[in-house]
This record gives sequence, C-alpha cells and structure tokens, in this order.
Amino acid sequence: MIAVDLPYWAQSLLRVLGGTVAVLLPAGTIVYLFLFKMMSFMQSRLGPMEAGPYGSMQLFAEVGKWLQKEDIQPENADKRIFKIAPLIVLVSTFLLVAVVPFGPDAYFTDFEAGIFYALAVSSVSVLGILIAGWSSANKYSLLGGLRAAGQLIAYELPMVLAVIGVVIQAGTMNLNQIVEQQNAGSMFGWDGLGNPYILTQFVGFLVFMIAVQAELTQAPFDMPIAESELVSGYMTEYSGFRFLIFFIAEFATVGVFSLIASVLFLGGWGIPFSWFGWESNNDVDDWMNIVGPLIMITKMLGLSFLIMWVRFSYPRLREDQLQRFAWKVLIPVSLINIMFTAILKVAF
Amino acid sequence: MTDLIDRQKLSYIAAQAADARLNVELETEGMTLNIGPQHPATHGTLRIIVRLDGEQVVWADPSAGYMHRGYEKLTEVRTFPQVTTLINRIDWLGSFANEVPFILAAEQLMEIEAPPRAQWIRTILFELSRIANVSLFLGDLGVQLGAITPVFFAFRDREYVLNLIEGATGGRFHPNFDRIGGLKEDLPKGWIDETRQVMKKLRNFCDEIENLLFGNKIFQDRTRGIGVIPPAVAQQYGLSGANLRASGVDWDLRRDQSLPLAYDKVDFKVWTHPDGDSFARCWVRLQETREATKIVDQLLDGIPSGPVMAKVPRIIKVPEGEAFVSTENPLGEMGYYVVSQGDLGPFRVKIRTASFNNISIVPWVLRGVYVPDVITILASLYFILGDIDK
Amino acid sequence: MGFLRDRYNEYGKGMQVTLATFAQTVKPKKYGGGAATVQYPHEKESPPVRARGVIALREDNCTACMLCARSCPDWCIYIEGHKELAPPRRAGGAPRKVNKLDRFDIDYALCMYCGICVEVCPFDALFWSPEYEYSEPRIADLLHDKTKLGEWMETVPEAPELEAGAEKKKK
Repeated sequence: MIAVDLPYWAQSLLRVLGGTVAVLLPAGTIVYLFLFKMMSFMQSRLGPMEAGPYGSMQLFAEVGKWLQKEDIQPENADKRIFKIAPLIVLVSTFLLVAVVPFGPDAYFTDFEAGIFYALAVSSVSVLGILIAGWSSANKYSLLGGLRAAGQLIAYELPMVLAVIGVVIQAGTMNLNQIVEQQNAGSMFGWDGLGNPYILTQFVGFLVFMIAVQAELTQAPFDMPIAESELVSGYMTEYSGFRFLIFFIAEFATVGVFSLIASVLFLGGWGIPFSWFGWESNNDVDDWMNIVGPLIMITKMLGLSFLIMWVRFSYPRLREDQLQRFAWKVLIPVSLINIMFTAILKVAF
Repeated sequence: MTDLIDRQKLSYIAAQAADARLNVELETEGMTLNIGPQHPATHGTLRIIVRLDGEQVVWADPSAGYMHRGYEKLTEVRTFPQVTTLINRIDWLGSFANEVPFILAAEQLMEIEAPPRAQWIRTILFELSRIANVSLFLGDLGVQLGAITPVFFAFRDREYVLNLIEGATGGRFHPNFDRIGGLKEDLPKGWIDETRQVMKKLRNFCDEIENLLFGNKIFQDRTRGIGVIPPAVAQQYGLSGANLRASGVDWDLRRDQSLPLAYDKVDFKVWTHPDGDSFARCWVRLQETREATKIVDQLLDGIPSGPVMAKVPRIIKVPEGEAFVSTENPLGEMGYYVVSQGDLGPFRVKIRTASFNNISIVPWVLRGVYVPDVITILASLYFILGDIDK
Repeated sequence: MGFLRDRYNEYGKGMQVTLATFAQTVKPKKYGGGAATVQYPHEKESPPVRARGVIALREDNCTACMLCARSCPDWCIYIEGHKELAPPRRAGGAPRKVNKLDRFDIDYALCMYCGICVEVCPFDALFWSPEYEYSEPRIADLLHDKTKLGEWMETVPEAPELEAGAEKKKK
C-alpha cells in the first residue's frame, strides 16, 4: 500500500481526478497519434501541422471549436433524452476504467469480479446510442441507432466467450490477479517471459480484438455511423458540445478496451516477476506503481495501433454479414476455444 | 410518350404493391427515406426516394434536376468557340473528353478534318481525362464502402494526371483546348517524357488499389452478386460504357466506330465481365484505367509530326446541316446532336450524356436490396451530377 | 499453408499497402520519402508555364476594340475608351487618331478562365499568367481594374518551347 494516509475525501478526489486523467489522456493520445497522424501518414499526407509543434495542439483547437458551436436540437426531438444520451455513453467509459489496474496498488477499485463488471458496464453505452438514435427524430439516426443496438449486442457474446478462456486459465475474475498470474507464471518451467495469455489464448485474443473492433464501431464494423450511408448514424443530429462528448467517448473507449485487452492478454502493468525475483503481487516494489502505468500506456498504444490500422485499411461490412460473422464464425470459434482451454486446464 | 406513361404507371403500381406487401406480411408501414439531395453518397445533388421495409428497399425513384444548368439552351445563344468552354463543365472530372464529340460534330458539318498530329494529341488527352476520371472513381468507391484510405491515393495520383493536362492545355479541370480544325497549341517540351513517368505511377496506383480494395474479402462480399444487371436489361435501359461492358456486352465506341481519332492505330483490349454485378463494374473500370495507360504509352511512341491546326477561317461559321457524333467517354457514350443553320453558333444542341441513362436503371436495380447496397450500387454505377442534369 | 496464403491475400495485402505508405511518408525527405502533399503557405508548387491563372493586360497595346469583351462567354470584361489626337509621327503630318483606354475591368468572380479573350486579341494586349494568389474575402473585390491587371504583366512567363515534331511558328 502507498505509505500515506489520506482522509477519505482526499482519496475520493484523487480517484476522481485519476479516473478523468485515465479516460481523457488515452483518448487525447489516440486521437492525436492515430487519428491525426497515423491516418495521415497512411494516406501520404502530414495531417495537422500548424497548431503547436507538429500539430500537437490541434486537439485543443478542435475542442475549442466544438465548444463554440451552437447546440442544435431538432424540433421534433425528445429533448430531455436527446440531451442525456451522450452522457450515458461517456459514463460507461468512466465506469469501465474504474476496474483497470495500472500497478500493484495503482487501481481505482479492486473488484473480485472485475472482468465480469467490466463486460457488464460496457453494455451501458448501447443504451445511450440507442436512445440517441431514437430521440433524434431523424430516420438516418434511427437506422444508425438500431444497427448499433443489434451490432453491440451481437458482439457482446463472442467478447464474453473470449474472456471466459482467460478466466478459466487464470482461475479468477479479478483483473489484478489475472495480471499476477501472467507475470508470475511460467511456460513449461521457463519463466523468462512469465506466461502472457496471448500465447496460450491466441484464438481468444483474436476473437476478443475483433469483438472490440465491433464494440467500438470502428471500420470494418462502423455501420452504425457509416458516414457514406447514414450520414453519421446516431450522431447525425448532434452538434457542438454534445458531439464532442460522443467523440471523446468513442476514442476513450478505444483506449479503455485496449487497456483491458492488455490486462487480459499481454500481462497488464507487469513485467515478468522472475526478473526481479518477485513471487506475487505482494512482493512487487513500490516503484512499479510509477512504471506500471507507463507500461500499460505503451501496451495500450500498441493495441490501439492495431485497431486503428485495421480501421484505416478496410472497407465496411454489411449489417447482415456482420451478424452472420458474429453468430456463425466468432461464437463457434470461441466456444471451441473454451472447450480446449477447459480440457487443457484439467489435463495440466 | 406511351413509354413514359407506362413507366410512371409501373412505378406507381410498384409503390402500391410495396405498401400492400408491407401491410399484409408484417402489418407495418414502410418508411420513406430521402437519400439526398444532400447526402454524402450522392456526390452532388441527386435525390433518391426509397421506401424501406426495415433496411430493405422495396421501391426507389431517382429524382434528378437539382443542378440543372441549362446547357442545351445556353448553347443556342453562344458561338461555337464559346460552346466548347461551356461543355467542359458537363462531366467535370473528364472535361477534355466532353469537348471532343462536339468538336468532331462541328468538324463533320464543316467538312474539315484535324491534322494527324492533332488527332493523336486529342486521343492522348482523351485517355488522360479518362484516367483522371476513373482513378477518382476507384478512390471514391472506397469511401462509399467505408474505407477511407483509397480516396487519398486516388487524389494523390490523379494530381499527376491533372498536372499533365494543365501543362499541355493550361487548365486543370476545364482545358478548353480543342478547336474546330485542331488544337489550340502544340505540346510543350518535355511533356511526353513526363507523361511516360506518370503512366508508370498510375499503373502502380492501380496495383495499390487492387491490393487495398479489390482483393479484400470484405470488399468482395459487399460487391459480388449485388445489383446484378443482366445484359438484356442493361441494353433496354440504354446503359453504356463500363456499366454495359460489366454486364458482358462487348461494346466500345472507341473500337467500333471510325472517327478521326487515333484509336485504330493502337492495340488495346476491351474489358468485359460476365457477372454484371457491382464488383464487375468496378473491376472493368480498374482494368480500363490500366488499359488507358497502355494506350497513352503506345500513342506517345508514335505521334506524327506536323501542324496541329487545319486551315479554318478566323470567324467560324458552321454551314447548315445536322450531325451526331458520340464517343466513348469515361462515363459511357456521350454524344452531341448539333443542328446548325449557318450561324456563328449552333441552332440547337442535344446532349446525350452517359450518366443520365446510367442512372435511369436505378428503380429497377435497387428493388429488394439493403440500404448499404444502395450506396454500393450507386457508387458502382458511377454517375456525375453534372452529367445527369447538364 | 494455402489457407494462410488466402487469408493473407484477402486481409493482409491491404494492411500492407497502408503500412508501406506510412513508412514512405515517415521516411525523411533526403532518402526519397515524405508526404505527397505540400504545406501550402510555407512551400509553394510552381504551376506549369501554360497554367491559366490570371489574365494580365499590356495597356499600351490595347486599342479598346472590344473584341475580347464581345467574345467572352459570360461578359465579364468591361471596356471603355475614347479617341484622342496624338501628335503626328513625322513633322508636318496630320495628327493621328489614337484609341485611349479609360477602363478595362475583368470580373474574376464571373470569369470562367476559358482564355477566349486572350486568343482573339489581335494586338497582343492580353496574356495568361500562372499567378494564382489573388483571392479576396469579398466577392466584389474580385473586379480588377487595368492598373492591377497591368501589374500582373510582370508574372507572365515566356511561351515554352514546343515538343519535338511540332510545326515551327511562322513569324
């Protein structure tokens, strides 16, 4: 434990601040590094270059622009619901980040059923998207909202099933213990790398990342937004600050899901414990609370790079093809994965 | 006239039937969705009214005319040199190709022929504008399907072609380079070498697009078997260009027609595809872009020397008569029916544009597809609003 | 392995293209990399010599004959002139009548950049210049008068040499 005793209110304040940083920092980094720069480079251009060195202040300029814009509400919209919809989407991101461990003691809450909770609250955003689509009083929004609902529910299942493999192998749903299991583990007696589950659960990892891609509505699964078909899907009628919230939520969720994936499959904040002769989480030195978050951010950026790379390369699937892919490919594959994991778990 | 009434009646019956079907099967109402006039996928102001059952289209009707600029009427009050600059703007992506049939029609009426060098350069620029036009299609296709990167590649490589056109004619988009009896000027020095370099880049671009888009499984899933147009239907609706060739009809005015252009001097393949679906239309266009770069290369090797302008009077008066000339433009068959009464300007010009006919098949081909496929099919039919509304 | 190769063809090639472009753009300029775009206000591309950027006027050559104004498809050239008596060329001769230009305006908001005016001018008074940086915040300010058009004469380049095989101009 961190060797300072803080009053309860200070701890709460610290947690709130930390949570905000943990949501906004990855979102900003991802938007700048990947959306602004990587996409531009992949398209043989430089992206924003004027605001700040190499355009690094561009995001602040964009935020300023959005904040100045008029907040337009359609006349026929269900005003109250229209207004809270983006907040619901954002809240789900904040709820998600609450269980992500950044270090041996650097976490917001230490749930026993952490991953269970994470998967549960990630579905809250569907609600926000659905009511955003419904309350906009726009046919494109409605189509987008319904598509989003169908898609997010369909892909929740393979995601859960992919996580079950990890849970079986780790024997716990506590995210911090999953990290510990991976870093303290060994592969066939060799513990130089620990036992990151990406090696044993590679199929699960693939399924999880595909489901994350769909859950985040990034191409090739971006039909709910589908700017060439549905203008902007459920976001069509939103402008100014409310659009900004959707935008932040979208990229913050990319960051948070990358964090969760790195916890589940890449060993989270940890480095293989054998390097320093640690046995379990209790032995880990305090400096890991500083280095751990940095390691996490690195891993998060790596996974976000994958997500974004796919996004910038692929065309979009059709809604029925997407559903077919979820039900006929991903779910059977992840079920087989669970079966094999269970058999191997019992055998070894 | 009876045809028109029949068609209206048919579309009315289709709408009624659609409603009836919805009411009987599901006891729900259809949703009428306006795609356009302001919509990202219509690249321009085409409005398509679709009636949806869920996401399935049961009835669709294109409604053009939001960008009507009255070119046919305008030509009546302009002189022949002035008309050339107007008709540049019909299909704005392949604008040099718009000039050629009009000039050929006027030349036919005046009974003069451009010198061979002018004909060759005309053909080169014609093919360059085809490349500029279709390469943008290949990129835009990606955007319509949700892939954002191809369009930037298309803009990047189309820029080289536009620079070439600008280097020779002075105008990037609206060359206004064709004159009755030849061309405005000869090519500047170094242009031929530069063109060879650019053609290499364009072939590379075609490979990139093929890897990025056409080979992709998702792209194929989205386009194969979608919006199938059988050859007979395609011919009935008067489709032309790549849309017709993708249905398996081997028809290309470049090869089938003998005009004073240099196409008979080069060896090229007319690509067709038996499927007639969206993929076939895109694929045929990709192959045509490749083929066009080869045509340009062959033409560059054999440009004859000589003047680029025949002897024509300084003030052009076209003798009385009528002429119709059509060429294989990037979008399909484009023709001008020019009626002259011996004045400085034409008496009447009827412009047959490819997109107008290509888009007329929309009600037929959109019936029963899903909303995302509406976009795919529209993208693969490839229309340009200026070409529809004139 | 066939299965993997198929999957690579279907999904991998596209990602390879984007990654290759990424590497190409990130590569420093001196090794042949860099973006395809130009950072406009900082670095400028020079347009081709023939580019139709703006119409420049050599006022001395203009006789206010109105040919350009009449041949303009959208009538965006406004000319006013008057006749003046100039001193005779040779001593003792009759005074000459000279056309003086009072006003020569081109409305670039209307101009279609077709170049017909430059072509019809019988006295070589109008020229194309590749200059392109003359945008204005107000559309009415795009109406430029003869002094402004005269200033653009400096930017008019020499006509380029022609490609091999072209007929030499008879002068």
